[in-house]
Amino acid sequence: MYNFTYHRPRTLAEVAQLLSANEDAKLLAGGQTFIPTLKQRLAQPSDLVDLSGIAELKGIREEGGGLTIGATTTHAEVAGSELVRRLLPALADLAESIGDPQVRNLGTLGGSISNNDPAADYPAGLVGLGATVRTSKREIGAEDFFTGMFETALEEDEIVTAVHFPKPEKAAYAKFPNPASRYAIVGVFVARTGGGVRVAVTGAAPCVFRATELENALAADFSPAALDGVSVPADGLNEDIHASAEYRAHLVKVMAKRAVAAAG
Amino acid sequence: MVEKGIGAAVPRKEDHRFITGRGRYTDDINLPGQTHAVFVRSPHAHARIRSIAKEGALAVPGVIAVFTGADAQADGLGGLICGWMVKSKDGSDMKAAPHPVLAVDRVRYVGDPVAVVIAETLQQARDGAEALEIDYEELPAVAAVDAAHDGPLVHDEVPNNLIYDWELGDAAAVDEAFARAARVVTQEHIQNRLVPNALEPRAAIGVYDTGTEEFTLYLTSQNPHVHRLVMSAFVAVAPEHKLRVVAPDVGGGFGSKIFIYNEECVVTWASRKIGGRPVKWREERSEAFLCDAHGRDHVTKAELALDEDGNFLALRVTTKANLGAYMSTFSSAVPTYLYATLLAGQYKTPAIHANVKAYYTNTTPVDAYRGAGRPEASFLLETLIDKAARELGMDPAELRRKNFIPKDAFPYQTPVALTYDTGDYEATLDRALELADYEGFPARKAEAAKRGKLRGIGLSCYIEACGIAPSQVAISLGAGVGLWESARIRCTHTGKVQVLTGAHSHGQGHETTFSQLVAERLGVPYEDVEVIHGDTASTPIGMGTYGSRSLAVGGEAIMKACDKIIAKGAKIAAHLLEASEADIEFEAGVYRVKGTDKQKTIQEVIFTAYVPASYPEGVEPGMDESAFFDPPNFTYPAGTYVCEVEVDPDTGTVAIEKFVAVDDFGRVINPMVVEGQVHGGLAQGIGQALLEGAVYDETGQLLTGSYMDYCMPRADDLPSFEVHTSPGTPTATNSMGVKGCGEAGAIGAPAAVINALTDAIGQRVEMPATPERIWRAVRASAMPQAAE
Ligand SMILES: Cc1cc2nc3c(=O)[nH]c(=O)nc-3n(C[C@H](O)[C@H](O)[C@H](O)COP(=O)(O)OP(=O)(O)OC[C@H]3O[C@@H](n4cnc5c(N)ncnc54)[C@H](O)[C@@H]3O)c2cc1C
Repeated sequence: MYNFTYHRPRTLAEVAQLLSANEDAKLLAGGQTFIPTLKQRLAQPSDLVDLSGIAELKGIREEGGGLTIGATTTHAEVAGSELVRRLLPALADLAESIGDPQVRNLGTLGGSISNNDPAADYPAGLVGLGATVRTSKREIGAEDFFTGMFETALEEDEIVTAVHFPKPEKAAYAKFPNPASRYAIVGVFVARTGGGVRVAVTGAAPCVFRATELENALAADFSPAALDGVSVPADGLNEDIHASAEYRAHLVKVMAKRAVAAAG
Repeated sequence: MVEKGIGAAVPRKEDHRFITGRGRYTDDINLPGQTHAVFVRSPHAHARIRSIAKEGALAVPGVIAVFTGADAQADGLGGLICGWMVKSKDGSDMKAAPHPVLAVDRVRYVGDPVAVVIAETLQQARDGAEALEIDYEELPAVAAVDAAHDGPLVHDEVPNNLIYDWELGDAAAVDEAFARAARVVTQEHIQNRLVPNALEPRAAIGVYDTGTEEFTLYLTSQNPHVHRLVMSAFVAVAPEHKLRVVAPDVGGGFGSKIFIYNEECVVTWASRKIGGRPVKWREERSEAFLCDAHGRDHVTKAELALDEDGNFLALRVTTKANLGAYMSTFSSAVPTYLYATLLAGQYKTPAIHANVKAYYTNTTPVDAYRGAGRPEASFLLETLIDKAARELGMDPAELRRKNFIPKDAFPYQTPVALTYDTGDYEATLDRALELADYEGFPARKAEAAKRGKLRGIGLSCYIEACGIAPSQVAISLGAGVGLWESARIRCTHTGKVQVLTGAHSHGQGHETTFSQLVAERLGVPYEDVEVIHGDTASTPIGMGTYGSRSLAVGGEAIMKACDKIIAKGAKIAAHLLEASEADIEFEAGVYRVKGTDKQKTIQEVIFTAYVPASYPEGVEPGMDESAFFDPPNFTYPAGTYVCEVEVDPDTGTVAIEKFVAVDDFGRVINPMVVEGQVHGGLAQGIGQALLEGAVYDETGQLLTGSYMDYCMPRADDLPSFEVHTSPGTPTATNSMGVKGCGEAGAIGAPAAVINALTDAIGQRVEMPATPERIWRAVRASAMPQAAE
């Protein structure tokens, strides 16, 4: 680590002030991604603005029949919430599948989506459910929020404050974890909503995407068998020591079928 | 039997301090005036060092010194050595290239230490390391052993990167047997490279005392005396009597802490260079991946010749072994004397020949890792036999049974140099098959098929040679040192017993097991025994802990020292009891005049030895005896493992449903400690089979340099093991009848897992058998034409 000045503000206004006053200031949420980066000296922020003291970024509440989850809500809080279990069990399952207990107790929703790791789980949940990201400046639809590998629509001084998830008719998440890191090699979130079927895929490509071939097949018949004849193209999918593009393409279909089966 | 003596499952003494966070590891030690070292390492697999500019680093606040390879050489520091001479089949010596403690002119693997920066704080040392300017000229590199022969030279003086071209066994007899064989079964396979991953990373603190001119090194070592020997005799850090090596609590080693590495030599030397302030270094986990010696990494072709009835006629093996960029301390012995000598396995194969070529590559040095050579041999044999069974249409258990060395054939001379002393392979096989319900397997397979799962069962009948070694045999085969152990038993006035051993415990539970031995032999309460190890200043010279040797060799030295105590005590007791020494008998801590009730406890006798009010003439006071033990033979633990797996054909995921281990470890001192050792070994063996594998790219960069990419086994990857140690056949090689249990799991498990997997999917996949490899194999089996 390099030296930096640590701040723990209490309000979003203070955060905004700290960010505008210090050009190289960075936000710290659960630190599960950012602290290892600092330890390896891969980042050199002048100031670290810890979001954990801001009450308005925390918590889970029902809103318009769906769920609104504050940015600093931990994965463990989402996984363990009665409310999430009742309204959106697929999201609780997704949060439960992240990392290990230590990671889940510290890592946050806002940190995860702002980081937009191509193998992270939440992006699939947000895109699959057609969620809306609320920031200190505006509201951004999930599909517009995730713009590329480790890239989002967030501007320099923009903070994720919460995410709003509409309630689907049915939904489920199926994840094929990387045996080493347990991030997703492929994770598929399937939802049937009033607006149609959504299939969001994480892990397989540089950024979360919607699998339109699968969505079309499921729109006609929301059952695992409906996917039998469909094939997912391997072009553009990730290829690394853990999985080839071909294998990932295959897994997208298998996980999608499992998610559909689990959604019931 | 004494309470908490041999055979009792006594909870481990050491666990209280470990579980409550009171263990004292090297990194827990902080000395007054301590400085911090950071090593600057090569980012390239192969490069020429054009220049090193120290100024920038020295200008960083807090930086005290920067040393390079040139500084070390100028100061007369020698290099690291490989302590086992292996000769090529043409009689020439192995080609051991120089291994400087800091690279000079050339770097040869990513992580090769080039300089050390010493500063007041760790952060300042890191800042200094970052500011050190090194100009490299990159050179072409070779990482894969298959590419080594024709690859760029790692050391200019070693043509074809070939370290040795070694052989064992009778080639002519093997050729003759192959010529008349009814069937030949051939297999080519890869032994995946493993990263040891001890829980505690390596650490070292070097201190030079300017007053006494003595050096002290606190170190994560499995063999502090061997460290001292090599660092004085070869690296010339200090004369041996002026160097004290202390290995406090050590959090696991698996072999990786046997070796003498660059860093401990440098920090010890550097402390003198900076005027005697202690220099502390502790590696990062990412350094551990790059710099702790790796394990395995073979490419092998094996052929088995059989007659028409399935009797093994001969085995022919050719192996290429990757030893990395430099020859680590025992690296030469691992793919030779610890490997090819085990190729008879549990079988009476009459002719065996092995040819092993060892190569340099631009990768981390490779040396002994849990099992060291024996897992490689066992995997080869046990997967090859399974292949033979499949090709012959025979049951794999029956093919093994047919070829076992029968239990009345011991001592049995193998065609590859070893003499097995005891064993009953059929008995362990039978027990394992029964416990695994081998007979009931077809029903379980059918049931799994209904659920869309592929179920398989696999066996592995491993053997290993432990308790290395008879010194004369080891030395005649090239070892640079003897391999005995020693012990000292020091009794105190109040009848307590201190056991000083040259072995070192870093997870094996010596403090418990050795206390049980002494409690049993001397008949003193277990609680009255203290085991002291790890400090060259206080313990007798020992060769250290590896190769499952501490109990079989070190334990016997303790027994011998106990016997000397008992014998001396008999003289004192005879005097006190006014009897002749011949009439004194000793049992369970009591000296008794035969046939009478006249007796003295051992504590009374010990007290008399120190307070000799009335004392036999010519007997020295005190109760303090030492002994050395050099065993007449290795010990040969063996066993049968049965693994049952279920594969999800859609994803290639494999689950281990059942794992039965029946090990013949001879006599068992502490069943709980033994079970723990087997569990750990099985986890590592399963890790090798399914999860672990170090991957280098063509340029020599390690792609699996962290836990994000290198997969260690976790609890949820493993089943609940069924571990058994009977029937056991005690060895006569030591008085306890023990064989050693530390490595068996890692030796026997990989083949059992892979055989089960092969049985499930119809085709063997290379280790680690990752889901994608399995999925591809399943797909190939489902499409027979495509598989051709
Ligand atoms: C061992 C391990 C295993 C893991 N496994 C998984 C897994 O299986 N699946 C998975 O999805 N993830 C996994 N993760 C990642 C984990 O989910 C992290 O929580 C996540 O990547 C980052 O969240 P964080 O709260 O820790 O953010 P931090 O690390 O604190 O921050 C990450 C980045 O986001 C920025 N940031 C944080 N909060 C905000 C905000 N409110 N607005 C704008 N920017 C913000 C920070 O400035 C930083 O750049 C794993 C992590 C580890 C260490």
